[in-house]
Amino acid sequence: MIETAAAKAPAIEAPAIEARGVGRTLPGPVPVTLVRDVDLTIATGSFCTIIGPSGSGKSSLLYLLGLLDRPTEGEILLDGTATGDLDEGDLARIRLTKLGFVFQFHFLLPEFTVLGNVMIPMRRLARIDEEARHARAAELLASLGLESEGAKRPDQLSGGQRQRVAVARALANDPAIVLADEPTGNLDTHNADIVFEIFAALAHEEGKTVVAVTHNAELAARADRRIEIVDGRITDSG
Amino acid sequence: MMLGADIALTHLRGRLRQTTVSVLGVATGVGFFIAIAALMEGSQRDFVEKIIDATPHIVMKDEYRDPPRQPVERAYSGGAVDLRGVRPEEELRGLRAAKRILGELRARPGLFVAPILRGQVVMRHGGKDVAASLIGIEPEAERHVSTIEEDMRGGDFDLLRTTANGVILGSGLADRLGAAEGDTLSVSSSAGIAIRMKIVGVFHTGVVGIDQSEAMTLLKKAQVLLGRPNVINRIRMKLADIDVARAEAAAIEARYGYRTESWEEANESILEVLFIRNVIIYTVVGAILIVAAFGIFNIISTVTFEKSRDIAILKSLGFRAAEVRSIFVLEGLIVGLAGTVLGWAFGYGLSRVLGSIKFEVQSFTDMTRLPLYEWPGFYAIAAAFAIGSAVLAAWIPASRAARLNPVDIIRGAA
Repeated sequence: MIETAAAKAPAIEAPAIEARGVGRTLPGPVPVTLVRDVDLTIATGSFCTIIGPSGSGKSSLLYLLGLLDRPTEGEILLDGTATGDLDEGDLARIRLTKLGFVFQFHFLLPEFTVLGNVMIPMRRLARIDEEARHARAAELLASLGLESEGAKRPDQLSGGQRQRVAVARALANDPAIVLADEPTGNLDTHNADIVFEIFAALAHEEGKTVVAVTHNAELAARADRRIEIVDGRITDSG
Repeated sequence: MMLGADIALTHLRGRLRQTTVSVLGVATGVGFFIAIAALMEGSQRDFVEKIIDATPHIVMKDEYRDPPRQPVERAYSGGAVDLRGVRPEEELRGLRAAKRILGELRARPGLFVAPILRGQVVMRHGGKDVAASLIGIEPEAERHVSTIEEDMRGGDFDLLRTTANGVILGSGLADRLGAAEGDTLSVSSSAGIAIRMKIVGVFHTGVVGIDQSEAMTLLKKAQVLLGRPNVINRIRMKLADIDVARAEAAAIEARYGYRTESWEEANESILEVLFIRNVIIYTVVGAILIVAAFGIFNIISTVTFEKSRDIAILKSLGFRAAEVRSIFVLEGLIVGLAGTVLGWAFGYGLSRVLGSIKFEVQSFTDMTRLPLYEWPGFYAIAAAFAIGSAVLAAWIPASRAARLNPVDIIRGAA
């Protein structure tokens, strides 16, 4: 694993993510409630999974926690800071610096190389120069067993490799929180195991907060904490 | 390279064929705009130049803009009885008090004045009768109000003064008569006077209407031939400053009452035709650029549709809506810029080709090749229009893409 600033820092007990009475209802002639009355605290450096049946609101809750969507009720706090009043630019900045996303589909930009894809968040942040970006991207890929794949295009990789590239991209800006939405949904058991091992290592070795949505109970059990959701409501917060 | 520019170029390279077609569309519009604008402006300027050179800037005629009031109307103005069938007062044609008017006009600064008598005659040569306008001139004055001396193609303008019954003909008129310098014509007027005149020169102004129908002789000779001794019916004027022609003509008409036309008024119908022609042509050329803009709209719309997943992930990676929009607007800008640069080269080449084509056309003025007016402003206008429309065409789908909710796309892709 890559040694990062977060890994060196002492564990902080304050919650990385906090949801207070969060609800999300889609407007329309017949309003649809995706998430309701969610009160949740996720500690820094923990590895949590959200599990539940299809359509239970797992992904919706993750998008709310990751500030990709806004709650219609309640509030999300990151590192103790309320996010309800933040504008689109502030939210984008938080997603860029504090959050890393991995989705069920890898969403790699097909025209860019593997290395190029991993460098996109770093180029957007522009905190380090091109040489340093290149070195960090190569280091991340190597840590995920993809050191020889940097020059390839995403369509030249296997499904498991692509998903690992997506993980590397999520980690590019060294985010404190990694959010994964069914990251193993399109992978075989072997690759799913690898991805979950990576997540566990990120939490336990690097002190990152990892929240992963899955419908696989076996994988979910590997996390420090398992949160169950049914019909948009948390039934077991682990 | 900036990340946004990198992504934009990557998208365009990914759809190289469509991008090329869009660039060519813009280039065609820009190229045709430049060439057509150079052609339109060139032909208009050429026409105006020839008109301004060959004809007087202002002409005072022995007529009134409104018919003069008849004695009965003056005597019974506002009368209750309407008199019909009153025989109108016959007025002798010609400018009255011409000497005084000429004297006063000559005193005006920046104004050159020449009196003429113009009348219709029939010229006969070799059994061919051709109707013509005979203009009696004072050579010394005339050379200041027209370019007749420079327009002489054969013979000598000065021979008019030294040759008994000398006449100079427009080149078209000479051709119609089958006559040349040194030939003798029989010229008869409506006054029943006929004399034989010797062609001492042929002029060619380039204005077809003049060259085909006008002939010049000494003023005194014309007065005799037309049976109107000591009469002039027009005063031709040339200005030092062409731009004041309309105002100066109006002032002179207000002072003397005689209809006084500036060159713009005299050629108003032709200038209107030129204006309408320009509107039509620029509309067509503008349509080419608009079609090109639709091409850009199409490619950016397609790209944004195809790249909705990329947009979602970019937003999840911390791109703001404005940054996403700027990527696609940049794509339109790149297409617009590339098309503009290519269009400049195409337009320049097309202008050169059009300008080099030799032909002979006689309409209002005669031409041997298409006159071009090459002005850098045309390149700037074409670029502004092309780039502006390209950006606008990209802006609409780009804004739509920027508004996409990443969650909707991620859900749809899952």
